[in-house]
Amino acid sequence: MLERCVLTDQNFADEIVAKPLRHVWRWVVGAFLLLGVYALCWSIATSPNIDGAVFGKYVFNGLIIDGAIKTVWITAVSMIVATVLATLLAIMRLSTNPLLKGFSIAFVAFFRGTPLLLQIVFWGFLGLIWPLTTIGIPFTDIVFFQAKTSDVMSPIFAGIIALSLNEAAYASEIVRAGILSVDVGQTEAAKSLGMGAGYTLRRIVLPQAMRVIIPPMGNETISMLKSTAMLSLVAVTELYTRAQIISATNYKQVELMAVAGFWYLIMNAILSVPQSYLEHRYGKGVANQNERWFRLPFRGAKQ
Amino acid sequence: MPMVEAINVKKRFGSNEVLKGISLRVEPGQVLCLIGPSGSGKSTILRCLNHLESINAGRIYVDGTLMGYREEGSALHEMHPRDIAAQRQHIGMVFQRFNLFPHLTALQNIAEAPIGVQGVPREEALEQAAQLLARVGLSDKADHYPSQLSGGQQQRVAIARALAMKPKLMLFDEPTSALDPELVGDVLEVMKQLAKEGMTMIVVTHEMGFAREVADQVVFMDDGRIVEVGTPAQVIDNPQHERTTAFIRSVL
Repeated sequence: MLERCVLTDQNFADEIVAKPLRHVWRWVVGAFLLLGVYALCWSIATSPNIDGAVFGKYVFNGLIIDGAIKTVWITAVSMIVATVLATLLAIMRLSTNPLLKGFSIAFVAFFRGTPLLLQIVFWGFLGLIWPLTTIGIPFTDIVFFQAKTSDVMSPIFAGIIALSLNEAAYASEIVRAGILSVDVGQTEAAKSLGMGAGYTLRRIVLPQAMRVIIPPMGNETISMLKSTAMLSLVAVTELYTRAQIISATNYKQVELMAVAGFWYLIMNAILSVPQSYLEHRYGKGVANQNERWFRLPFRGAKQ
Repeated sequence: MPMVEAINVKKRFGSNEVLKGISLRVEPGQVLCLIGPSGSGKSTILRCLNHLESINAGRIYVDGTLMGYREEGSALHEMHPRDIAAQRQHIGMVFQRFNLFPHLTALQNIAEAPIGVQGVPREEALEQAAQLLARVGLSDKADHYPSQLSGGQQQRVAIARALAMKPKLMLFDEPTSALDPELVGDVLEVMKQLAKEGMTMIVVTHEMGFAREVADQVVFMDDGRIVEVGTPAQVIDNPQHERTTAFIRSVL
């Protein structure tokens, strides 16, 4: 018979009911943080230099709303163009052809290596370098179209080009990582079934790569939404520019920056909805389909 | 005309020669089992047969056509990937690690290539896929994703997926090596049935029982060369070479 370490008659058949460990210091730190946030809010609410009524007056102002809408669609168009370019750049980077690969590497190096601000100004003032825009056949006199560059390059057009090309450089690395994350066995299986390279990429590799690509692309979209504020440099009337124009006439800079900040926060909060949808959709067959989108804190791991 | 004819095939990876002149001949309806220690080149020759790997010397003919190259006079031209893909349509392959498409259900895995590559109408392809699933005994798993299937079930779906292209030749690369022992039997059963129905098969395997029962020809490879060829009775039960004897003793 086995000898027990502790001599007792009990056989411990009951489930363990133990008092949970209390993490006192975590609560103390939390209380301090709460106090700090409260102090900040109180300071803002009672400050004679911040006029709450101005915030209320401008938050649904027509020009502000119009600017916010412009911000959204500039972000959307730039992001779509950037994603398409990024996929092409990633495929070129993975190609065995040295010219295609080299072009992709150089493109990424250039657009990642210079400040976005500088690129926006460059596209905005393109007319200073090439005063005329001409479309025709090189080395001949045939010209289909010619116009002043400053007329072709409207501020919004220049802004979208700048944001798209810059974003394409970053996103191409994300797409490349996604493609590389797919097991080579997948490509081999596709080949053995007689699928061509393009078909394999579209139907087998990219849908699986999406799982890796989407979370960082969500990040990029949020980043892009905020970067549109820089287009104020080339006079695109998006949200930030509008807030700036209004504050220049009524001298309520802080209130109008708060209005703009409020809308940026709202727009970014809304963006997380399509992201969770896409993550869910491309998680098919891999992620736990029953996983809840969020879990309440303090509930522990109870089933 | 033989279904597969490989003549003096050589393959190098860098300076490492893994195939040192392999010749094989498989008649239609025959089953050939490739056996040998790991690193002997048996998986490599299989991958060369459908041009997943290019070869450095020799010729491979499947159903009378040269694989991967076009012969014009005395010159060889590399084939366009599109034409290689067309050649592969008629050669099914089953992998050691299944390689099912994880984002597609069992049924979609089977129907994908017939719809996308051969242009079979969707309804017809799904109908055929369901029949193939029934044939491998997995009718109830049609809407399961690969991650929801056991290894043995995944491998049977993979066999059905290859069969959906109506191949003339099936290549099996150690199809049961990644399976738990109790799941091996179901997969071998499907393969035996296939052999009985007259499919031409080349199987890289360590399952001597299967080879003995199904194979018309057994080839023992070692160090990139064919050491011994013959019927199962000759090669497995009465090997002539020392290395074959040692190998057979180690796996039985």
